[in-house]
Amino acid sequence: MAPHDLRRPFKRAAISDQQKRRELSLLRQAQNRRNAQHQARCLASSILSLQSSAPESEPEQSDIEIETVPETEHESEAFSKDPDVRRASTLRGPEARKWFAKQLMLPEWMIDVPDRLSQDWYVLARPAGKRCFVVSSNGTTVSRQRNGSILHYFPSALPAGAKTRDGSGSAQSYCILDCIFHESDQTYYVIDTVCWNGYSLYDCTAEFRFYWLNSKLEESGACNAPSHYHKFRFSAVPVYNCDQSGLYAAYTGAVPYVKDGLLFYNKHAHYQTGNTPLVLVWKDENCSQYVIDTDGKGEIPSQQQLVLELQDDRKLVTSDDPPVLFGCLDGDIIEKSGIQSGNLLRFAIGDGGLSFVDGKLEKADLVYLGKSNRARVFADSYSKVIFQFMVRHSPLKMDDLLASINSPDDQEKIPSDIEMVG
Amino acid sequence: MAMEITQFLLAAQSADAKVRTEAETNLRQFQEQNMPLFLLSLSVELSNDEKPVESRRLAGIVLKNSLDAKDAIRKEQLVQQWMAIDVSIKSQIKDFLLKTLGSSVPEARHTSAQVIAKIASIEIPRKQWPELIGSLLNNMTQQDKPASLKQATLETLGYVCEEISHQDLVQDEVNAVLTAVVQGMNLADHGPEVRLAATKALYNALEFAQTNFENEMERNYIMKVVCDTAMSTEVEIRQAAFECLVAIASAYYEVLEPYMQTLFQLTSNAVKGDEETVALQAIEFWSSICDEEIELQEFESPESGDSGPPHSCFIEKALSSLIPLLLETLLKQEEDQDQDDTIWNISMAGGTCLGLVARTVGDAIVPLVMPFVESNIVKPDWRCREAATYAFGSILEGPSVEKLSPLVQAGLEFLLNAMKDGNNHVKDTTAWTLSRIFELLHSPANDFSVISPENLKRVLGVLLESIKDAPNVAEKVCGAIYYLAQGYEDAGPSSSLLSPYLTEIISCLIATADRTDGGDSKLRSSAYETLNEVVRCSNIAETSSIIAQLLPVIMNKLGQTMEIQIVSSEDREKQGDLQASLCGVLQVIIQKLSSTDETKPIILQAADQIMLLFLKVFGCRSSTVHEEAMLAIGALAYATGSQFEKYMPEFFQYLEMGLQNFEEYQVCGITVGVVGDICRALDDKVLPYCDGIMGLLLKDLASSELHRSVKPPIFSCFGDIALAIGEHFEKYVPYVLPMMQGAAEICAKMETSDEEMVDYGNQLRRCIFEAYSGILQGFKTVKPEVMVPYAQHLLKFIELVSRDSQRDESVTKAAVAVMGDLADALGSNIKLMLKESAFYDEFLGECLQSDDEQLKETAGWTQGMIQRVMVL
Repeated sequence: MAPHDLRRPFKRAAISDQQKRRELSLLRQAQNRRNAQHQARCLASSILSLQSSAPESEPEQSDIEIETVPETEHESEAFSKDPDVRRASTLRGPEARKWFAKQLMLPEWMIDVPDRLSQDWYVLARPAGKRCFVVSSNGTTVSRQRNGSILHYFPSALPAGAKTRDGSGSAQSYCILDCIFHESDQTYYVIDTVCWNGYSLYDCTAEFRFYWLNSKLEESGACNAPSHYHKFRFSAVPVYNCDQSGLYAAYTGAVPYVKDGLLFYNKHAHYQTGNTPLVLVWKDENCSQYVIDTDGKGEIPSQQQLVLELQDDRKLVTSDDPPVLFGCLDGDIIEKSGIQSGNLLRFAIGDGGLSFVDGKLEKADLVYLGKSNRARVFADSYSKVIFQFMVRHSPLKMDDLLASINSPDDQEKIPSDIEMVG
Repeated sequence: MAMEITQFLLAAQSADAKVRTEAETNLRQFQEQNMPLFLLSLSVELSNDEKPVESRRLAGIVLKNSLDAKDAIRKEQLVQQWMAIDVSIKSQIKDFLLKTLGSSVPEARHTSAQVIAKIASIEIPRKQWPELIGSLLNNMTQQDKPASLKQATLETLGYVCEEISHQDLVQDEVNAVLTAVVQGMNLADHGPEVRLAATKALYNALEFAQTNFENEMERNYIMKVVCDTAMSTEVEIRQAAFECLVAIASAYYEVLEPYMQTLFQLTSNAVKGDEETVALQAIEFWSSICDEEIELQEFESPESGDSGPPHSCFIEKALSSLIPLLLETLLKQEEDQDQDDTIWNISMAGGTCLGLVARTVGDAIVPLVMPFVESNIVKPDWRCREAATYAFGSILEGPSVEKLSPLVQAGLEFLLNAMKDGNNHVKDTTAWTLSRIFELLHSPANDFSVISPENLKRVLGVLLESIKDAPNVAEKVCGAIYYLAQGYEDAGPSSSLLSPYLTEIISCLIATADRTDGGDSKLRSSAYETLNEVVRCSNIAETSSIIAQLLPVIMNKLGQTMEIQIVSSEDREKQGDLQASLCGVLQVIIQKLSSTDETKPIILQAADQIMLLFLKVFGCRSSTVHEEAMLAIGALAYATGSQFEKYMPEFFQYLEMGLQNFEEYQVCGITVGVVGDICRALDDKVLPYCDGIMGLLLKDLASSELHRSVKPPIFSCFGDIALAIGEHFEKYVPYVLPMMQGAAEICAKMETSDEEMVDYGNQLRRCIFEAYSGILQGFKTVKPEVMVPYAQHLLKFIELVSRDSQRDESVTKAAVAVMGDLADALGSNIKLMLKESAFYDEFLGECLQSDDEQLKETAGWTQGMIQRVMVL
């Protein structure tokens, strides 16, 4: 036995920097691998690189014509469920805006009451304001409106939302929130969570997303009053089980914001980009100032107007997938006005109105008005046209909703951890 | 039947290379043609007293090397080869070997003892040589056998005990062996050769004596014999007996109490007056006791004081006598001991032991040592001053900061002045003591330091002056600067304190590295390694321009190494060492500067030239450099990102070389890591190189030569590649997935009693999971169906791991994450499988309860992914 082999020569404590370098390299690689896998889990690449494409000078102006003010959801397109993140990550400028525009989940309009409303659905009072995606990453927060243009570029207390001294603005964590910006109190009301602190919630149920948001948002400090590192306040919106009391609370309950209708979320639905029947919007005059569409001047036109897409075979269709046929355009109008297939055209609904057979649209009395605003990308959705039609003729009333929910006794108690008190 | 091979064996040792080569060829041919006969012939040669000692020696060596090898794979081959030999030939060989133990030639006996032990290591665990122990004991019990045979037999018993596990023998055999060995130590019956062999054999047999040590009577007897032997007249026997005592201190600490009085007396006498070889063992005895007590203290859980073995506080009880004993040894320095790294003497052993005692008893040591320090540190004899300083430096770890810091603060100025002492040893030890002070009592990051911002200037002034002193002193000063800088790492506002001095520190370190009086490259590499730490710990915001200026200086130096004239292999080695150091510095600079957005452009601008230099270094092809340059390239790839693509055509050949370097497995391992870096840097642009890389990685995995530590990271690397190239990974799936499944099955069967294997198993599990994660995520959006056939196996593996109580946290994290990935990527495809696996609820529950935020969050995410699958 040679003892001095066992005893590390005490006085010659060698500095082994090579071993240290090796270990630090391994540490760095392990960290980078974790980040890469994490990123893959969270679809982060797109968000990070799109995000870094600097704030655009000002939002794209769109002359609103037949739109509610402020905007509500009506444009839609069928998007693939999983966004092609790799390709998207290479987009810059306008393309990036377009990509972002497609990332929001758009509710259909409620034209009849879904089954099992009280069991399978949540209800919340939608704040009036600008719908936008809020993305925090790399120490900044960006809000993008539905057309992809940037609304604000600011520091926030969201994870990775500000360059703070404690370095919490790490590149790998980020959030994507579905929000409505409410002008009067300068607050972002969070109506859904797409990614939180790097974790993708795209494919999680609404139940899980709301639970996650509820537990994380408050904790992050994002609900605190504005400060140097936190320019706008965030707030959650109270979410109720859609039983009688929940529905009533959402409809009449006092909230710190101006309401613009009610949103209904199917508990089991994932966050799905584009139009979905698993999230519904409903309005009446009691809970929204904007029930009936207004025109560009903010006035309600005497006849309901709608935007349809012209197809090759002169058919006029909605933005739904599959598209719903509303009629055919006369050949001479096409010749006279030089319009082409693919164009979006504006129509009024004439006195003939819409006629239905077995709940299906059979005939529409369309009056051609002209081309739609060039900023429009999509035609109206079927549900929107029908909702607007119903509003003008035989609206779906709150009483109908309440009636569809069975007696209050058989409703489950609202689990307190789901209820979100903003 | 055996062949006459004496001539070949002699010729194989000829000075004439031609003769030698020819003989070696002949021997090899013989070996290849008829292995059993070859081994038999060797044993015949070894046993024949009429043969020349040289041929017998070589015969023994070749025989031994035919049975054992350091490399585990090679060893297994040799074992299989031996087992395949016909029993009758094997038993002839064994007979010749046993017969050789009685040879009149000591060397033949000795060699034979070793070979017998090697065969025993193969056959005894397999119960194929049951008569060995009996026939060896027979040699001992028969009175008329010559002493030489008994000596060789005891030696054989010792070697056999060293080779096998005590579980391979039945208790009766163990008892008989121990009896024979202990009797062999008996003074009355045996001469010194036998007693020495017996004492050495006991050392190896101690591990077998567990049952005997539990029995008080047997234990008393063994201890008495060992203690008696420790007072033999022959110094070698005393040394061997003390070695036994050291081993007993480690193995049987808990039963030593009754013997401590005697043992203290024995060791104390030895330290004071015995020959140095014996005194060193006596000190080692106390160091071993410290080791045991430190371990007991470290693993002592406060809430359950009763579970572990008892702490007997031997050191605490002996403290007042032990400390003076050890302090005395410090005065027995040798001249020039600081010039030679291989020296180990009583003063060094004493200081080492003192340091261990300080760690064992803490504050209690301070009042016992300080009077010695104070009275000796001012004496004219350098030995006194050096011993005082060494004593002070030795007790800096263990006692509380509160106890030490007033002493250090009071003594710091004295120590700084002592850096101008007239004696080299005193300066050497003083610089070492300073480095210990900075290492242990200087931690601005935790708001504590004996260095105030005010005296930092003075401290640095002294260090930067003393770094010009003799090479041994300068090297210790490097260590002091290293730890001084380390204290300021991540130290918040305090990290600015060093910034004003950084330029001067760096230039002094470079000047030190450039010194030519170092004799070997040790001072130079110490200087560069200290430079690394200084750069690493600097406050980047304040010093980026200084580090940016350092970059071209180091690059220039690396460029100059290509011009070194290479005449000898020694020149080549020197060039390699220098390049290694410089690549190391570059790696640190690259990492430092690429860590912030503001400084990263500096690296990006220089990347082309840096890469060119690395490629030139590879061109010089020295393996150590290879490794350092490879490490640095990983850092560069990380810094440059997709830009690294342009270096790939040139660099790829070296990447291939690295992946094929089985012998220097660390190089191979580092290269595997760099592949990961490159995948993350290049993303799908790495695709053109993937066939080559994957081919080599698969070969590495399949290789029995490659060190096993490289293999788990290869799995992680598969994940990196898959994540980078997505659907293009599909063509590798038929090769990679079976290997992953095979490795998973190996994990399931792995030995759980061996701590090292448990660690390895954990690493392997984690890496397999990382591979799955990368592959699943890579396929997720494009072709998840590719992975469906493998889901069940993975799920089973996760289940198995989730039930393993020994899994560590990193494995848990990887397992939870991969379960989420599985659900995320495969969705409804695995709904049924998940429904049938009940385990995950409990596993997720466990993770969600964890204190680890990261784990909790991952588990939460995974839960969401699974819920989503379940409602689809």
